[in-house]
Amino acid sequence: MSKELRIIGFLCNWCSYGGADTAGVGRFTQPTDLRIVRLPCSGRIDPLFVLKTLTGGADGVLVSGCHPRDCHYSEGNFYARRRLEMVKRFLPVIGIDPGRFEYTWVSASEGQRWQTVVRGFTEQIHALGPIQRFGKDAAATAAQLAASHA
Amino acid sequence: MKIGVFICHCGSNIAGTVDVAKVAEMAKSLPEVAFASDTMYACSEPGQEGIIGAIKEMGLDGAVVASCTPRMHGPTFMRTVARAGLNPYMFEMANIREHVSWIGKDKEANTAKALDLVRMAVAKLARNKPLFAKSFAINKRVLVLGGGVAGIQAALDCADGGLEVVLVEKTTTIGGKMAKLDKTFPTVDCSCCILGPKMVDVAQHPNITLYASAEVDEVNGYVGNFQVKVRKKPTYVDWKLCTGCGACLEKCPSKKSPDLFNELVGTTTAINIPFPQAIPKKASIDAGSCIKFKTGKCGICAKVCPVKAINYEMEPEIVTEEVGAVIAATGYDLMDWTVYEQYGGGRYKDVITSLQYERLLSASGPTGGHIKRPSDGKEPKTVVFIQCVGSRDKSVGRPYCSGFCCMYTAKQAILTKDHIPDSESYVFYMDIRAPGKMYDEFTRRAMEEYGAKYVRGRVSMVYPSGGRYVVRGVDTLAGTQVEVEADLVVLAVGAEGATGAAHLAEKLRISYDAYGFYMESHPKLKPVETNTAGVYVAGCVQGPKDIPTSVAQGSAAAAKVLALFSKDQLQSDPQVSSVDLKRCVGCMKCAMTCPFGAIKEQEVRGEIKAQVIETMCQGCGLCTATCPQGAIQLQHFTDNQILAEVNALLASELEETQG
Ligand SMILES: Cc1cc2nc3c(=O)[nH]c(=O)nc-3n(C[C@H](O)[C@H](O)[C@H](O)COP(=O)(O)OP(=O)(O)OC[C@H]3O[C@@H](n4cnc5c(N)ncnc54)[C@H](O)[C@@H]3O)c2cc1C
Ligand code: SF4
Ligand code: SF4
Repeated sequence: MSKELRIIGFLCNWCSYGGADTAGVGRFTQPTDLRIVRLPCSGRIDPLFVLKTLTGGADGVLVSGCHPRDCHYSEGNFYARRRLEMVKRFLPVIGIDPGRFEYTWVSASEGQRWQTVVRGFTEQIHALGPIQRFGKDAAATAAQLAASHA
Repeated sequence: MKIGVFICHCGSNIAGTVDVAKVAEMAKSLPEVAFASDTMYACSEPGQEGIIGAIKEMGLDGAVVASCTPRMHGPTFMRTVARAGLNPYMFEMANIREHVSWIGKDKEANTAKALDLVRMAVAKLARNKPLFAKSFAINKRVLVLGGGVAGIQAALDCADGGLEVVLVEKTTTIGGKMAKLDKTFPTVDCSCCILGPKMVDVAQHPNITLYASAEVDEVNGYVGNFQVKVRKKPTYVDWKLCTGCGACLEKCPSKKSPDLFNELVGTTTAINIPFPQAIPKKASIDAGSCIKFKTGKCGICAKVCPVKAINYEMEPEIVTEEVGAVIAATGYDLMDWTVYEQYGGGRYKDVITSLQYERLLSASGPTGGHIKRPSDGKEPKTVVFIQCVGSRDKSVGRPYCSGFCCMYTAKQAILTKDHIPDSESYVFYMDIRAPGKMYDEFTRRAMEEYGAKYVRGRVSMVYPSGGRYVVRGVDTLAGTQVEVEADLVVLAVGAEGATGAAHLAEKLRISYDAYGFYMESHPKLKPVETNTAGVYVAGCVQGPKDIPTSVAQGSAAAAKVLALFSKDQLQSDPQVSSVDLKRCVGCMKCAMTCPFGAIKEQEVRGEIKAQVIETMCQGCGLCTATCPQGAIQLQHFTDNQILAEVNALLASELEETQG
C-alpha cells in the first residue's frame, strides 16, 4: 500500500477494543494507518466527533462497538447505531464522501474479524485517496452526486 | 503540567519492531512532557520503581506508560502512580504492543505509530483531573445460574462460606449432564454416587434457595447490587405439598412424553420425576403430552395424589431477588449432529449420541443398564464409536476441540466390554487428546486391556445393510479404506454453548463467542472473571471441560465471590458523569437515555437540573453523547479529552506534510 493515510478508529472498550487486542495477541497483521481512540462505549460517540475528525483532516473514521444486543451497558450500541447511521447519511450534505466513514460491530473474541475490518477499511480509504481540504472535496462530491442523479 | 512518558520494551515484544529509544527521544519534545525514558519491563518491580522514582524526583503531575493494552495492566499502573503519591487517574496508557508491534512488521511505520499513540495519550492526560471513588454497601447474596456440577460446587462453597445463595436451574432437577453419566473417567466411579450426596447437600443447606424449573428474565443493577427477576415456570404440581411419592407416575395413562432426562431414548409419563435421585424430588407435568391439558379429560393424577398437590391452573410466577454477585454455570449442550447426513443424521435408530449411550449404560436409564439397540432391543456385539462429530470440523463451523470426547469414548469402550464381554469396539479417532492426570494411561487401558480397536481416520459414511450398519472410513495410518459392520454406532458429538446461552449473556452484559461460550476476562490470568464486575463463570459455560476442571472452576468462582464480599463496602469507579449546573437546562434527555437509571431530577434555586447518582452510574457516557448542551460530561472521557486525542493526531500529520 502507498504512503500511510490518517485513519482514526473510535472503539468501545469492551468489545471492539478487546477484539483489536485479540487480533494483536493472535499476531493478525494489519496495515499501520489506523490509530485507535478508546472509549467506554460506542454510545459515548458524539456524532460531532466523527464530523470534527473528518473536517479536521482525517482521511477516514472507523467506529466499532459491540454487536447489537451484546452491549456491556445493555443498550449503548443501539443509540450508537441510530446516531452513526444519521452521520453516514449526513456526510454528503457537507461534501464528504460517506465512504470515509464506516461503523461496524466486532466482539472481543473476533480477532480475525477485526483484522478483516481494518484491512478492508484501510483499502477503502486508500482507494478514495487523501481527503481534500474542505472546499475541494465538497466540489468533487457535489459533482459525483449530480452525476449519479442525472 | 509536567508529564512523564515511559516506553516499555516488553522484552523484544515491543522493542523488536518499534524503535523504543527513538519514541522516548521524540516524546521529550512534546511541550507537556518533562521526562521520557524507555524501560525493559515497565510492569516489573524495577520498572514500576523506576516510574515511581521519576515521578518523585522530577515532581511529575502525571504519567503515560506506552506498553501493552490498558485492559491488561491499566489497573497495575494506576496503583503504581498512586504509590508515587499521585491520583491514580493522572495516568494514561498507549497501547503499542497489541495495537502496534504485534500487528505490523515495518519498524519505521510502527515507530511513527507508537509516537502518535503516545502523543494522543499525552494530550489526553494533560486534561485529566484527579477522581475519587465513593463507597457503597454490598448485598452479600449470590445468584448461581445452572445446577450442573460446576454450579452445585459454586453454590455449596459460597453457602459454606456463609453467603446466602440463590440457585436457579432451568430443568426440573439439578445435576446437569453429570447426573446423566453412568461412570466417570478416569476412575470409572459411578457418577451419581459422587454427585448424589452433593445434590442432597444443596437441597438441605440452610443458606441455599433452589429454584428448579426456573429461568432468569431480567438482570438489572451492578456489582454489589443486582436485581434479578426469576421466572418460575409452572410445573402444575405444588412443590410445597408434593412428597415425591410417585403415586401419580404409576397411574398416568399418557406414556408418550419425550424423556428429556434420558436424552429422548424412550418416552416417559406426562407427569414425572426425571430420575430417582432428582433434587428437588418433585413431580411435574409436561403440558405438551398431558391428556388433561389436551382434551380436558383425565385428571387421574389429581385424584390419586395423596396430598392434593396437583394444580392444572398453575401460572408462571416472577420472584425478584437482590444479590451482589452472579455466577453463570449454565454448561453446554451437544451440537445438533443431524447436520451429519452421512452418518444417518437422526434417521437411523441405531446411530446414537454419546450422551444417549451413557443413558443406555446407566442402571437408572431406560434399559436398566443393559445395552440394547434402540431399534430392536437386541444386545449389540459390534459397537463403533466415531469421534470428533462436530469437533475440529470446520465444515460444520466447529473448528475447536470439545476436550472431553476422547476420554469419554475410551470410557464407553471400556464399559461396553464390561457389559458385553464378547463384544468388539472400534473407535475412529483423529488424535487422542488425553492430557489430564491418569488420562493417557486410561485411553491405553481401553486399547490394551479392553481390546478396543482404534482406527485413525474420519468416517466418510454410515449406511444400513441387512439389519446392521456399514461404517466406511479410512485408516490414515495404514493408508487403506476400512469398512466395519456395526450393530450400534455411537457418535462422540461435540459441545457448544447451552441453548439460550447468548440470550442469557446479553442479560448479564457479558461477552460470548460464536459458539455460545462465555468469555473470561483473561484467558490465562482471569479464568473465572468476566469483564462485567461481579459476574463470574464456572464450568462448561466458558468452554468444554471435564468434571474435575468444572468443579475447580466452581470453587474458584466461589472464592472470587467470597473475596469480593469480604469487605462491607465497595469502591465505585469514579469514572462517572457529572453535570455542569450552569449549562444544564433540565431537559432530562440524559435521564431518558441512561440505561441504569442513574440520573435524577433535582431542584436548584427553583430550576430543574439533572443529577447523577454516582454509585449507580456505570460510566458508559450515553448521556454525554445525548445532552444537547454538553452539560453532562463523562469524567475521564470528556468531549475535550477525546477531541484532544484526535487533534493531537491530526496536528501530527500537518507537521509531517509541512516538514
Ligand atoms: C457423553 C459424555 C460423557 C462424559 N463423561 C465424562 C466423564 O466420564 N468424566 C468427566 O470428567 N467428564 C465427562 N463429561 C463432561 C461433563 O459432562 C462436564 O464436564 C460437566 O457436565 C460440566 O458441568 P457443568 O456444570 O459445567 O455443565 P452442565 O452439566 O451442562 O450443567 C449445566 C446446568 O445448567 C442448566 N442450565 C442451562 N441453561 C440454563 C439457564 N439459562 N438457566 C438456568 N439453568 C440453565 C442446565 O439445565 C444444567 O443443569 C462427559 C460429557 C459427555 C457429553
Ligand atoms: S392429568 Fe392425566 S395425563 Fe395429565 S399428568 Fe395427570 S394423569 Fe397424566
Ligand atoms: S454515563 Fe450517563 S448514561 Fe451512562 S450510566 Fe452514567 S449517567 Fe447513565
